[in-house]
Amino acid sequence: MASIISHSPQETFDFGAKIATQLRQGDVLALAGDLGAGKTHFVKGLARGLGIENEVTSPTFTLIHEYRGGRLPLYHIDCYRLESTQELAEIGLDEYLGADGVTAIEWADKFAELIPDDAKWIRFFARENDTREIEAAL
Amino acid sequence: MLAIETSCDETAVAILRGNGKLLASEVASQVTLHQAYGGVVPEVASRHHLTQLRPLIDFALSRAEVELKEIDAFAATSGPGLATSLMIGASAAKGLALSLRKPFLAINHIEGHLLSPFFGCEIVPCIALVVSGGHTLLVEIESFANYRLLGQTRDDAAGEAFDKVGKLLQLPYPGGPEIDRRARDGDPMRFDFPRSMLHSGDFNFSFSGLKTSVRYLLPKLDRDCTNDVCASFQEAVVDVLVSKTMAAAKSHGKRLVTVSGGVSCNSRLREKFKAACAENGIELLIAEPKLCTDNAAMIAFVAAQKFARGESSPLSADIDPNLRLVA
Repeated sequence: MASIISHSPQETFDFGAKIATQLRQGDVLALAGDLGAGKTHFVKGLARGLGIENEVTSPTFTLIHEYRGGRLPLYHIDCYRLESTQELAEIGLDEYLGADGVTAIEWADKFAELIPDDAKWIRFFARENDTREIEAAL
Repeated sequence: MLAIETSCDETAVAILRGNGKLLASEVASQVTLHQAYGGVVPEVASRHHLTQLRPLIDFALSRAEVELKEIDAFAATSGPGLATSLMIGASAAKGLALSLRKPFLAINHIEGHLLSPFFGCEIVPCIALVVSGGHTLLVEIESFANYRLLGQTRDDAAGEAFDKVGKLLQLPYPGGPEIDRRARDGDPMRFDFPRSMLHSGDFNFSFSGLKTSVRYLLPKLDRDCTNDVCASFQEAVVDVLVSKTMAAAKSHGKRLVTVSGGVSCNSRLREKFKAACAENGIELLIAEPKLCTDNAAMIAFVAAQKFARGESSPLSADIDPNLRLVA
């Protein structure tokens, strides 16, 4: 368990980049935390740490973004709009989980029952003075 | 030209004669369906594209009073968008092209939005802002197919910010038009939301911090502030969009600004663009409202430009959910 206090989006980004260096093919990161807590910034850092050069943007609208060109492919999934486990299953979650890359799932806590047991949970908490506590079970 | 657009939640078919004679432009919107989910749900989207597309093509043909065999070429959006949805439109257009021995054209959805202000006209140099649910970009256009990406969103698209703030405020889906409506009765100066990256010195955007500040402000407020939150939030988004676009026009020496995409229907955005352009002696071209949301007419228009230049796409052309405007 690693826990850090982030004072800025940049620090959240850097933490993501650091975590990325430890990731292996097939790893699943389950991200949980409020809107605006820094989940997308963390994934931006992950991408950078994996050596992906494309800009990572929010997949809320399209639900899944795929990024290639780094050490491992990165699949960025957002459950924000989904209402049922069935919908998450139907967008092909299993295909990404069993695939060749790293899968980062935002709002994973909404559908914890579909998240693999060996997923690494990263929880984001808003703390005082606009800081965030990021708790990573690695 | 018969064009099919199924990149997200609208199934759309258009039939275009020449460069700008629109014979039919039909949209089978799934908004009602998605309202139940509070957003676009891909599998729901693709299943309905599948059931709606065939009858919609027949309907468009009868509206246009043309027969399938009179169509000279078939086009479809090939990206960016939801893979499962894109596949349905592209497969249908390829199937029609193959069976009728006519050319097929794969069209970029963003290029459709980008050129929609020029619908039926010649494409001239300008600075173009595309603002929709999935995209926010500033592009310098020199001529058809000659584009330079100046900037884009670093996180959330402008339309997505409207949607998310709408959901935070528990407004009905889609959030954009509802915020626009409520903002008219609200005070845009009541809350000073951040204008992210206003002075970043580049042409990129960021709306994620704005969403976050709305999120953290809400618990401190009474419910009856909703209209003021809408107005102030909208003002912040519009300020950034207008000022970056105007700065781009100035620094690139362009006398024309175009705006397209779903968010360009926003009344405050239109108002402020008109004022800013008038003040700077710059001409303004905003896509017609019916061309702002996802539609197939804009896809047909781009396809017609390519077709007129003798271009077509191989039937093996694949869809690309992450397709970019400029490689």
